[in-house]
Amino acid sequence: MATIYSEQKPPAASPPWADENAADEGARSERTRLRLPAWLPWLGGRVLSGLATAFVISILVFAATQALPSDPARVILGPDATEASIRTLQAQLGLDQPILVQYAKWAGRALTGEFGVSLDSSVPAGQIVADRFGNSAALMAVVLAIAVPLAFLGGVALAIRRDSRADNWAMNAIILFKALPAFVLAIGLILLLSTTVFPILPAVSLLDPEVSPLLQPVYLVLPALTLILTVAPFLLRLVRSAMIETLEADYVAAARLRGIPERRIVWAHAVPNALVPVIQGIALTSRLLLGGGLIVEVVFSYPGIGNALNAAIEVRDVPVIQAITLTMAVGVVLINLLADVATVLVTPKLRTSSRPRLRNGTRAKLKLKAGGV
Amino acid sequence: MSVVPFVNALLQVRDLSVAIEDGPEIVGEVSFSVLPGEIVGVVGESGCGKTSIATALLGDSRAGAVISGGSVFLDGRDILALTEAERQKVRGAVISHVAQDPALALNPMRRIGSLLAEVLRVHLPDLGKPAREARIAEAAADVGLPATREFLRRFPHQLSGGQQQRVLLALAVLLRPRLIVLDEPTTALDVTTQARVLATLRDLCRTRGIGAVYVSHDLAVVRELVDRVVVLYAGHIVESGGRDQIFESPAHPYTRGLLDAVPDIAGRHAVRPIRGHAPALQDRPDGCRFAPRCALASASCAQRPGLRETGRDFGDRRLVACHHPIRDRRDDTPIASRLISAAAVQPLAVLEGVSASYGDSQVLFDVGLELPKGYCTALVGESGSGKTTFSRALVGAVEDVEGTFDYDGRRVRLSGERDIDLRRRIQYIFQNPFRALNPRQTVGQILRTAALHFFPIRSADADREVAEVLERVALAPELARRYPRDLSGGERQRVAIARALICKPELLICDEITSALDVSVQAAIIDLLRQLQRESGLTILFVTHDLGVVRAVADFVAVLQHGRIVEHGPADRLLDRPEHPYTRAPIADSPRLRATAG
Repeated sequence: MATIYSEQKPPAASPPWADENAADEGARSERTRLRLPAWLPWLGGRVLSGLATAFVISILVFAATQALPSDPARVILGPDATEASIRTLQAQLGLDQPILVQYAKWAGRALTGEFGVSLDSSVPAGQIVADRFGNSAALMAVVLAIAVPLAFLGGVALAIRRDSRADNWAMNAIILFKALPAFVLAIGLILLLSTTVFPILPAVSLLDPEVSPLLQPVYLVLPALTLILTVAPFLLRLVRSAMIETLEADYVAAARLRGIPERRIVWAHAVPNALVPVIQGIALTSRLLLGGGLIVEVVFSYPGIGNALNAAIEVRDVPVIQAITLTMAVGVVLINLLADVATVLVTPKLRTSSRPRLRNGTRAKLKLKAGGV
Repeated sequence: MSVVPFVNALLQVRDLSVAIEDGPEIVGEVSFSVLPGEIVGVVGESGCGKTSIATALLGDSRAGAVISGGSVFLDGRDILALTEAERQKVRGAVISHVAQDPALALNPMRRIGSLLAEVLRVHLPDLGKPAREARIAEAAADVGLPATREFLRRFPHQLSGGQQQRVLLALAVLLRPRLIVLDEPTTALDVTTQARVLATLRDLCRTRGIGAVYVSHDLAVVRELVDRVVVLYAGHIVESGGRDQIFESPAHPYTRGLLDAVPDIAGRHAVRPIRGHAPALQDRPDGCRFAPRCALASASCAQRPGLRETGRDFGDRRLVACHHPIRDRRDDTPIASRLISAAAVQPLAVLEGVSASYGDSQVLFDVGLELPKGYCTALVGESGSGKTTFSRALVGAVEDVEGTFDYDGRRVRLSGERDIDLRRRIQYIFQNPFRALNPRQTVGQILRTAALHFFPIRSADADREVAEVLERVALAPELARRYPRDLSGGERQRVAIARALICKPELLICDEITSALDVSVQAAIIDLLRQLQRESGLTILFVTHDLGVVRAVADFVAVLQHGRIVEHGPADRLLDRPEHPYTRAPIADSPRLRATAG
């Protein structure tokens, strides 16, 4: 597989002939010497727009929690509190100040990771998010580390054997898995692996909060397996359809007619071209896992961020809700950014251009191609 | 049919057939041969099976098709009888293939140098790095490319179209093959680049003794390049012979029709369409496949004619598959072009100082043009020269545009709202008839909508208008009930023309309206336009890059380069004695069907 990557040398090494006619020799040699990749300005712009998105999201999160029907002061003091004590607490919490001032203070503190104290447990909200997010991230990492290579190899293998019996069976199985809701799958796995049939795994993930979840694999297996089974079929279909498309491209036919062996055609000609949809697909999956692990976390009582958010909403724990939603939103922005940078890096046409333009609607098309998420 | 083999033939194809898996035949009983150093042209219109033959020569067929019979002897070895592993060794090394669109045939992820090195590494694994580099440098020199480090590190998108095609050629000659198969390799190039690539190819074949099969629909290119011609129609060879025989006295009615249909830059000749259109794969007739379109068809044509020898001169065998081969030479007298008297030329539209831009990039710079009333003006130029922007500006479809536009003595704004009457008087026909018609409406609905939009008429009157306009564009009235998807490309373009005509326009803007069509269909559209112009005095702005078409339709020509008009004048004067260097190059480089008319 080394051949796939041998072509993708660090982009800095490639001379940035973005515009071979316009660039005069002086500027060209200077740019080559500095080894600045042509897409660097684009990256700057992309990071700025990511920051702007995060800012808008923070406003939305703040506004949404403001719109919640209940008053945090009343929640804390309970139904029997007097009006006077409620007003005192409101002043303490800063709830009587103008809304813009409230937002500015909140945003300023949020930047330093300070979201206030949980109304439910008096632990700093930032602390709760950090712990729970760590657990979710560990689960996500395990899922991606297994699902992505599995889907990649499976997708390539099926694309090569397209319309064969193996391909048909595999596609049917994949549709079956896609049709099953995650919680049904989770319950099925519990029945199979932790009750009467094979009682080998715990049905509930009672993680020791002092130790990294990666060191307690026995609690990770079932949630991870459930998520892998939901995510891998989607990715596999994506890889398969992207590969089929590139295997039908003119340049693959041309390589075949030059007598290039089929193995080499697949790995050196087709796979690199199928990477872009796969990268975007992985980003889509990651975003999904970030929030969509919720059901699985609830079923297995896995102490992840989805579970924490669920609990916080139930008790109107505003600081925790804000902290979690903001973290998740920034996570999504970050994943998009990474996916776009990776896309530019693996596409020569984009990385040699000073204004890489990712086509609009790529993600929407991806969802369509893989038959929905 | 017995094929007497050439003693020293390099390639011998015998009874080759390719078919859809469990389906109809795409090509059948194809036999021809190629001598060392000889270039054989395989010509025909789209759907005749050219590309299937080209890949079958390398033992490959596209997905869903199979090579169902015959043999391809190259140097005495049957390519079709080889195992897959043996065939891989032969491909690229002994017989190589150059694909149609260089932009698509080069892997966008791979550097040019790595593609070239890969071929050597796969076929000659023992070659060391210095030897590989020497071979690459040699092949690059052969096809006229620089072999510098910097160039070889480029990606395909960093090359021009001509360079991309040369890279494909370099890949094809790298292993010094005996035979190159070229599948319309120059369709995507402009004429000047095309002329250079063809010259390179001819040199390679002559000096190295490489045989070539050149597959093309472009008869003018074929005439300039090849030694012998094989003419295909609907999957069968209808005629083959020496180049001069085929072009001077074609014996098969189809060959003759095809030649009559091609507009030629060399002089104005009547462009005669072939009636009807080529049958779809499953509708091919049992007997002579050309019979339904043939003027000479008789009862005997219900039987398939075999490919028979009709004559032999200068050692070239002449084969024709026809019951009524034509024996005389082709009538080829140029027709007089329309006399343009200075007094009669009155401008319908006068544009001055037209500048247009898209965002930051300016496309048109101070363009001035007069469109004489009742004449056809051709606007020519390379892609990206601003032809389409200019013509879109005429109908008010460009936002960022400046300049003055006097239409029929009235000052009209180029951008912004126009009144309904002006919109009716200037009609636009688009390049691609497959995308210009609403797929959810029948032809009748499409035409009625236009008529009812512009004229306060009753529904019954609109139906009558539809019937009339269909007759004017020579379509059967029943077509009004059909959907665009049921129509052929030529029929769709006629519907698009009908949609413009039903508005009773004065100025018709035709944006490359024949470039998506086959020559025989193109001829019919050109014929129709000229007839409409004679009957109703339409003024036409015909946008095109094909100088042959210009010769056939235009009275005046304006040449656009980088958004500026560089030359403008009567068509015959401009095509025979171009003044601007930018005009001269493509006119000199355009392949011709006839020896240049003095």
